[in-house]
Amino acid sequence: MMSTQDDDEKDDKSGRPTKAVVGSHRDEEEVFGKAYDPRIVRRIWSFVRPYQGRIFISVAAVLVFTLTQLAIPLVIRYAIDHGMAPGRLDRSVMISAIVTFTVIILINYAASYVQESVVGKVAENVLSDLRRAMFSHLQLVSLSFMDKTEVGRLMSRLQGDVNSMQEFLETSVMSVGDIVLLFGIVTVLLWLDFRLGLLTLSTMPMLFIVRLFWLPRAKVAFMAAHETNSIANGALAEGIHGVRTVQSLERQHVNFDLYDEKVLANLNAHLRSARYAQVMVPIVDTLTGIAMATVIVVGGSMVLSHSLDVGVMVAFLFYIQRFFDPIRSLTMQYSVMQRAMASGQRISEVLDVPVDVSDKDNAVALSRDTDGSVEFRNVTFGYRPNQPVLKNIFFRVNPGETVALVGPTGSGKSSSMALVHRFYDVWSGQVLVGGHDVRDLTQDSLGDQVAMVLQEPFLFSGTVLENIRYHKTSASREEVVRAAQAVGAHDFIEQLPGGYDTELEQRGGNLSLGQRQLISFARALVADAKILVLDEATASIDSYTEMLIQRALITLLEGRTGLVIAHRLATIRGADRIIVLQNGEIVESGNHEQLMLRKGLYARLYNMNYASFDDISEEEMGMDAALGKAT
Amino acid sequence: MPTDATSGAAKRGKSFAHVAEASWGKGLSTLLRIVRMTLRHPWQVAITLVSTFIAATLQLFIPRLLGRAIDQAQGVIAAGAGTAAEQALWHTALTLLVVSILRGLFTMAQNYFGEAVGHQTGYELRLAFYEKIQRLSFSFHDKVHTGDLITLGLLDLDGVRMFFSTGILRVVLLGVLIGVGAYLLISTDLVLGLLSLSFVPFVAWRSSVTQLRLRSTWLTLQERLSVLSRVMDENLGGIRVVRAFAAQRHELKKFDRAKQDALELANQRVDIRVANTSAMNFSFLAAMGLVLWFGGQKVIAGQISVGTLAQFLTFMTILQMPVRQLGLMVNSFARASTCGTRLFELLDTELDIEDAPDARELVITDGVLRFDDVGFRYEGAGGRPTLSGISFEAKPGETVGIVGPPGSGKSTIAHLIPRFYDVTSGAITIDGQDISKVTLQSLRKVVGVVQQDAFLFTTSIENNIAYGNPWARETRIGQAAEYAQLHNYIIGLPAGYTTVVGERGASLSGGQRQRLTIARSLMLRPSVLVFDDSTAAIDAGTEQRIRAAMKRFAKDRVTLIISHRLSSLMHADQILFVEGGRIVERGTHEELLALGGRYRALYDLQLRPDDDRLEGAA
Repeated sequence: MMSTQDDDEKDDKSGRPTKAVVGSHRDEEEVFGKAYDPRIVRRIWSFVRPYQGRIFISVAAVLVFTLTQLAIPLVIRYAIDHGMAPGRLDRSVMISAIVTFTVIILINYAASYVQESVVGKVAENVLSDLRRAMFSHLQLVSLSFMDKTEVGRLMSRLQGDVNSMQEFLETSVMSVGDIVLLFGIVTVLLWLDFRLGLLTLSTMPMLFIVRLFWLPRAKVAFMAAHETNSIANGALAEGIHGVRTVQSLERQHVNFDLYDEKVLANLNAHLRSARYAQVMVPIVDTLTGIAMATVIVVGGSMVLSHSLDVGVMVAFLFYIQRFFDPIRSLTMQYSVMQRAMASGQRISEVLDVPVDVSDKDNAVALSRDTDGSVEFRNVTFGYRPNQPVLKNIFFRVNPGETVALVGPTGSGKSSSMALVHRFYDVWSGQVLVGGHDVRDLTQDSLGDQVAMVLQEPFLFSGTVLENIRYHKTSASREEVVRAAQAVGAHDFIEQLPGGYDTELEQRGGNLSLGQRQLISFARALVADAKILVLDEATASIDSYTEMLIQRALITLLEGRTGLVIAHRLATIRGADRIIVLQNGEIVESGNHEQLMLRKGLYARLYNMNYASFDDISEEEMGMDAALGKAT
Repeated sequence: MPTDATSGAAKRGKSFAHVAEASWGKGLSTLLRIVRMTLRHPWQVAITLVSTFIAATLQLFIPRLLGRAIDQAQGVIAAGAGTAAEQALWHTALTLLVVSILRGLFTMAQNYFGEAVGHQTGYELRLAFYEKIQRLSFSFHDKVHTGDLITLGLLDLDGVRMFFSTGILRVVLLGVLIGVGAYLLISTDLVLGLLSLSFVPFVAWRSSVTQLRLRSTWLTLQERLSVLSRVMDENLGGIRVVRAFAAQRHELKKFDRAKQDALELANQRVDIRVANTSAMNFSFLAAMGLVLWFGGQKVIAGQISVGTLAQFLTFMTILQMPVRQLGLMVNSFARASTCGTRLFELLDTELDIEDAPDARELVITDGVLRFDDVGFRYEGAGGRPTLSGISFEAKPGETVGIVGPPGSGKSTIAHLIPRFYDVTSGAITIDGQDISKVTLQSLRKVVGVVQQDAFLFTTSIENNIAYGNPWARETRIGQAAEYAQLHNYIIGLPAGYTTVVGERGASLSGGQRQRLTIARSLMLRPSVLVFDDSTAAIDAGTEQRIRAAMKRFAKDRVTLIISHRLSSLMHADQILFVEGGRIVERGTHEELLALGGRYRALYDLQLRPDDDRLEGAA
């Protein structure tokens, strides 16, 4: 081991590193719920209802299919006993038997086709509808819900949970068939010969009992295999994403050992679950053997003593082959239902998220010729009850004016910006745009007149062109180019391999932050709204791009009302008015000179001579360090 | 490791996800290689194969025993007295029971060991894959998409892992069942034997064709589903933009289009699948009808017994399932050969940055860093080299500042010192030792690079800081955090140093992340410390305090600061202005200002009063 130059303390590098892990463990969601929850079933049923007719057809087809399966051994029995048993040879019976057989397998063919195809398609359609209902509901729910909820969580609702309903939908119809098959076999066996039937069937409860003991334990083993799998996969993904850091800090060896542990745990869990799964095989085979042996000994003796037809014995042997299948799949169905209920619960939760912000019945559209003023009248607002983040805020931005909002992290700047757009409703007071309370306006028209540029420019996959005309899909190519030229993005866009038609990687990964920022400016420019709400980027951008952005900002604000959350002195000094927020209250307002004369918070911030107000250390702000939650 | 045709392709740097279906020869060599891998567990493979053979053979005896029992019951065989016939029945029944139990046990062994071999092969592949990924150089990772690597390590690896149980084992199982079964049946009765097997070729063909079709449509479906999930993911991630532009309707339209594409294909797949299963089922039942008809005639004609007919019929039911699975077997072969080709291509990729054969440990005597006429060109990038003619020297205690416009190659300089990339010409030395001739491990322990976009791992703050030295004591971790001006923030958090950060942890601001990254690099106590534009989000005051705190150690180390912010590096002993991959100006801050060149221009741009700047810009 290399020695470093300082020897004030030596770390003991033998043995297991104490401060190392690979991968992180996400709390798994509840996989199993109650096996039957009427509320959830009703909810899911409401999605199935439109396909009621087809479900009915498929259930009917399942029944027919099952009946034909039950009938086949009976036909064979008939042929044997009436057509070819010693002393009863009869060709006409054989002909009628074979005709019956042909008819049955034709029906079987049709029924099997209808059943599987209808069920399969209904399931696909229901899933699709379910997913759409959730997705479109998420377009309406309040942003406070979206803020609280991780995107990954929602995606797992939209994908994993919806998919696990598929298994449920497909198998439920099949289960109807299984139940019918099970009862059918029992009935037919007892009908063919009551005593022999009873004896043969006595093996069935044994399987039930064994499964009952086996299932909970096996489930634990299956779950463990599943869970260790996702742990190991998580560690792999982390290793891939963080590979540059791993190499630069020489962690390969430590990581390899830790990963080995996880993969080994996964291997062992898989082996354990394989043991659980496979132990059922000899049990089922033994029980089948016992049932067949019973038929041979008891049934055979009865045939010998002519108290049973040999065809019945053959039929018995046929049924035994199918005997345990429905039991096996029905016990599995129980877990499928539990899983489906857990998923259904989560799906319902999403569908039940209340929509707090919606258009009033008599909402009016904000007209295109609005003056573009913005006014806050005594606004109080917060995300959690009793914790207002804005308190009694009054201010007005006149048409065409640019106002800079300034203040430390957590002062309420971003919240004010969100209120202009009515992402949330105020607790008290009013937010007015163009003289109308935003709650009296339609959200669509508000979106048309208020353009917003976020701190983190978010681009969608698609071409540069599509991104710039995101709001106004009807915008012509010329309009887009003009906007890009105006904000100074045209030159670098032209240099991209496909120019305006370059496909962006996910979230615009193939562009630098500064470039993404410029594209989001162009997007706002194409939207051509009266009011621009802008949250300036905090992340540092090189001086060259920065200059472009500052210039673009001037273009963008021309002839518009601007409300800017400003981080850069250049922007702040360019504003008509500066509003300084602290802890949700306006502490100062005025232009740069006025504020400097006051020697208040603004002057203090300014005199620190930072390029940005954003990462000012907490001590210097004289604030509690724990307040540092990003806005 | 055997070399096969795959390694050549890897060097050309293809995107792994898009390797088309493998050619026959390559596919075959891939399959052979998988077989060789499974043979690393010879005993388990042997047990599996023997068990499969025994289980299948035992299963073939069941119809025989049933047929015999039926004949015995009818008194065809033991026409003697009642007790003798009953004894014969008992005998058959017990034999059947024993055969059933044994078959169950051997099937269990077959399945269990089959899976075990697969899982162990999977375990070995996962380790080999992980190890390879961690060692492949930056240039490799620049070329290959992380998503593709993850698919490779999860799905493709699974395809290889499952080959033994779903491919090889099935071949053996079906071979025994069909081969031995056909022999038994045909030797019993030629016509009935052929009839009972008549459904096999049809079903085998149908199910293979269908499975291959399902596989190719599955791949397309996955693509369409990933479009759908991208639409959803972007919508939810960018929900503020969506709301801000009131674009919900537009988004729903996008969603519906993607949804419809996926749904149509999913429904088509249902059709393909269903058409196949019902046709297979029908052909099986039709063959059964033929056996019943012709067998019945033979029974009537007295050529065979009812028991023999029953034997044929039950034999067919036994064969039905495995024959239907033949398609899955074909699928398994197709999957293993494409997945395996991709996976092995990665595993065979040669490391382009590795210890030289005679590499020695780097020994620090003074800690002098020297660039000697260094040139560098990114792989595959034509045209101008990224860097050329870079020469400078830095002694311990010295700070070198590197500045230049975006794309000038200044970050590349940082990446060459720890050999993330190798120089194309010239040499970098530390204390006179060429870095390409020392071991990577010893080099990277000495060179600390604070990266621009550092990755935080989803674990506690303390684990993140101690990432490069996980044995470190807590006092050292605290100290590093203090130097990086992060300690006060951390102790203010409810969970302090155990707060989980990273992708799924608490969110840190850009500046906090960078300070954490600095603390992490300080833990290595490097002799050469490089800041690769890594203080950009930290305010000037904090940056100054970090610099002051580190001064205590600075006398023993070379510090390289790469930044576009002049305030970060104007105190440096030597400043290099890089443009177009060359050093165009060098000197101290004062010298460069006096020079009145590019450095001066940048200085004016950054530090002139804002008003002038804006007016100048407008």
